[in-house]
Amino acid sequence: MRKLNFHPCGNYKERYEQEITLFETDFGRLWSGIGIFSLFAILPFIVSPYFLHVLNMVGIASIAAIGLNILIGYTGQISLGHGAFIGVGAYAAAILATTLNVPFIITLPMAGLISAMVGMIFGIPSGRLKGLYLTIATLAGQIIIEYVLVHWETLTKGTMGITLPRPNIFGMELESDLSFFFLIFSCLVVMIWFAVNLIRTKYGRAFIAIRDNDRAAEGMGIPLFRYKLLSFGISSFYAGFAGAIWAYYMVSITSEPFTLGLSVEYIAMVIIGGLGSVSGSIYGAVFITFLNELLRWLTGIMMNIGVLTESGLNVAPLREFFFGTAIVLFILFEPRGLAEVWRIIRSNFKLWPFAY
Amino acid sequence: MNFFLQLFINGISIGFLYGLSAMGFVMIFKSSSVLNFAHGELLALGAFFFLAMVTWVKLPVVLAFLATLAACFILGFIIERFFLRPLIGEPLIYVIMLTVGLASMFKGFMLLFWGGNLQTYPDFLPAFLGIEWHVINIPPVYTAALIIGIMFLILFGLFFKYSSQGIFMRSVADNQKAALSLGVHVQRVFALSWAIAALVAGMSGIVLGIINGINVHDLSAIGLKVFPVVILGGLDSIGGAIIGGLIIGLLETFTGGYISPSLSDVVPYVILVIILMVKPYGLFGLEEIERV
Amino acid sequence: MTDTTILEINNISVVYSDVIQVLKGVSLVVKKKSITSLIGSNGAGKTTTLKAISGLLKPENGRVTDGTISYDGAAIQNHAPEVITRKGIIQVLEGRQPFKYLTVEENLIVGTAIRWRQPYKKDLEMVYNYFPAIVRRRKMLAGYCSGGELQMIVMGRALMAHPALLLLDEPSLGLAPMVVREIFEIIKKINAEQETSIVLVEQNANMALQISDYGYVMENGKIVMEGAARNLVENPDIKEFYLGMGASGVLKSYDDVKSYRRRKRWL
Repeated sequence: MRKLNFHPCGNYKERYEQEITLFETDFGRLWSGIGIFSLFAILPFIVSPYFLHVLNMVGIASIAAIGLNILIGYTGQISLGHGAFIGVGAYAAAILATTLNVPFIITLPMAGLISAMVGMIFGIPSGRLKGLYLTIATLAGQIIIEYVLVHWETLTKGTMGITLPRPNIFGMELESDLSFFFLIFSCLVVMIWFAVNLIRTKYGRAFIAIRDNDRAAEGMGIPLFRYKLLSFGISSFYAGFAGAIWAYYMVSITSEPFTLGLSVEYIAMVIIGGLGSVSGSIYGAVFITFLNELLRWLTGIMMNIGVLTESGLNVAPLREFFFGTAIVLFILFEPRGLAEVWRIIRSNFKLWPFAY
Repeated sequence: MNFFLQLFINGISIGFLYGLSAMGFVMIFKSSSVLNFAHGELLALGAFFFLAMVTWVKLPVVLAFLATLAACFILGFIIERFFLRPLIGEPLIYVIMLTVGLASMFKGFMLLFWGGNLQTYPDFLPAFLGIEWHVINIPPVYTAALIIGIMFLILFGLFFKYSSQGIFMRSVADNQKAALSLGVHVQRVFALSWAIAALVAGMSGIVLGIINGINVHDLSAIGLKVFPVVILGGLDSIGGAIIGGLIIGLLETFTGGYISPSLSDVVPYVILVIILMVKPYGLFGLEEIERV
Repeated sequence: MTDTTILEINNISVVYSDVIQVLKGVSLVVKKKSITSLIGSNGAGKTTTLKAISGLLKPENGRVTDGTISYDGAAIQNHAPEVITRKGIIQVLEGRQPFKYLTVEENLIVGTAIRWRQPYKKDLEMVYNYFPAIVRRRKMLAGYCSGGELQMIVMGRALMAHPALLLLDEPSLGLAPMVVREIFEIIKKINAEQETSIVLVEQNANMALQISDYGYVMENGKIVMEGAARNLVENPDIKEFYLGMGASGVLKSYDDVKSYRRRKRWL
């Protein structure tokens, strides 16, 4: 058996492979193995149905958030159109499934690809624009897509929405939250695996180079436009994929959720989780989804005791307020997000009791 | 023809309001290069504060107006001091997202207090401001908006052109480092520009509130409309903001009148994308003079 | 510290971004009403020294980590530029940074930022007296002025603040020799008439030493030589490496290939 790797007490890296290795120690490997095992074999069977539903939402949000993090956190292109791309994926899946009767197993990646194409179209401005101007262009993209989703009635059925058939994998029908749980989280694991490895390749390094200094990256021979488009494409693929799963999970969709608010929610996830960190995207998705649920619960209680009567009929204002506050607080006090918080906690433990 | 004329007038009036709303936005960008996504919420805050002053405190209209302006001024100052100043030197996304976060915060706050329903001010504008001539019919609010707007434009024009503080503000926008080397209080300039911008926003909010009624969602949507306006006019040109506003206003009413009312909401953004692709610095923006 | 000293830098170190050490123990003294020049090659740390004095290190993420800078007897290291400029130290930045979209006169008015709300008409006149060349450009955007005019604008802008200590960073950069001479004459005149102490950072060692009283030579973040300007001009090493002459004092020719073998004695 090969020698086990433990945490070295210093930087003993000799080769680049050691620098980019996924698991620095064999404990990391062990722990992620245990984590995946308990995620699939234990967790879904011990939690309540409600909590299972929340977990599913977390899973879907995580997929989309990882996509956005590739674009914002790794490539440095700020996009306010992620919500719309999720919507494109959801509608693509719905239309493929209802009008063309495409089987479930194909609609998911197809929806991702369609969304990726749309994303690349709206990424074209990145060839000429950067920073603020690109952000504004994606804002316009968001609003235009939103408009198309509502008003192209022959295709999207407008405000009526579309009802999807039950997904079917090789004759197996997915209908319970539990079966969706397995679907969503296997997809998530694959997506994480892909994202983590993408960052270690030539493409990922090019993205990071573009983020850190696009002029220098261009000088090093990275074709900026192509890579930016690629990043938009990959990011929207994730969004579209997540949107498609979401559409199936929700059974019927309308264009209502895919607003600018959703885009902002996803950017909030990425920032709160930690820019430029795949695991951060997941923390962010967990945080925001749980915050959502917590606030729903809180408004429920407050309505019952009568604090909120007329204005508190829905959860929106509170949610809006706490979202904003969370974003602002994180940016002001821990701009590197939960991933950084977690890293600090971990290294404190590692060094304890000699924390320095 | 009458229809055309009425549309034209409507377009100009709406466009002028857009321009007015965009002015504050441009001011912030010009001095501190911050893209303020919370601008619509600042408009709404101004409108609601005025509402509270008029209906709850029952101040006379003029006093309420002044009190609102003062409150907005202070609010702008506070925003800069406590939220944006710590971010000086941080990457763009944090600054953008901070204003996005502030936008949600304000919006949620207003929804909690005033709810999402449409509210209106009591009628206080004198009727003689209304203009009726042949087929043209301009309601008093539009005239009032025009007068207030032009007044502010001239006031700010004079301020930036002739007062020392105005010149300092422009110097910071122009070359921050050089301004710093001459002892210009850069942070004070940032704070001042936020304060002034919030003041202008509050004022535009009141005017918009008089015309369309006060609704959080509508007013914050105006905050997004500001983007096509300022991109069209050039992000750093106050005059451009007004002209961009007029163009967008006309476009909107004409598409609404001749093609389809629902399309009028999205046309500004299509224009926005086109402008960004063709002429990113807008019609009146200053192209970066790069001297090596 | 005697009362003829306006500025005393005592063994300062400057570090950028907490990693890059640029100054490694620089000490220098500036006498009241004198012109002190600071010469050295690119990257020697001259500009950094000026920025350490004027407080402009801060926006560039630099910091004085060690040593003291005292001005009129009070320590000013790591103070904010707004504070330092109000004490009368004004730096003229390297590479002429005018406010491009302001007119020439507005550029000058920005110079009054440290005493805002006080009349400045007289000062405008004073500046126009020193720099008659920019009078006819008063209403023009500064972005469209020539290099020499820009240098005059930025110097005039600094003069508007009535500095007690003026820090000039490479006023001759990229200017024609005639314009350089004109500018240096004006510097001399300002020093004589306004009794402004001047610290002059220059690549053009010859011109700088001609008008200065005292000179420092910097290399690799250290002061390697100092002395009265007229002594420095005579120094064989200075002649060799900064004035472009052979050690004997005659202009060096490229035929004289051996000369590069001469070692800098302070290294």
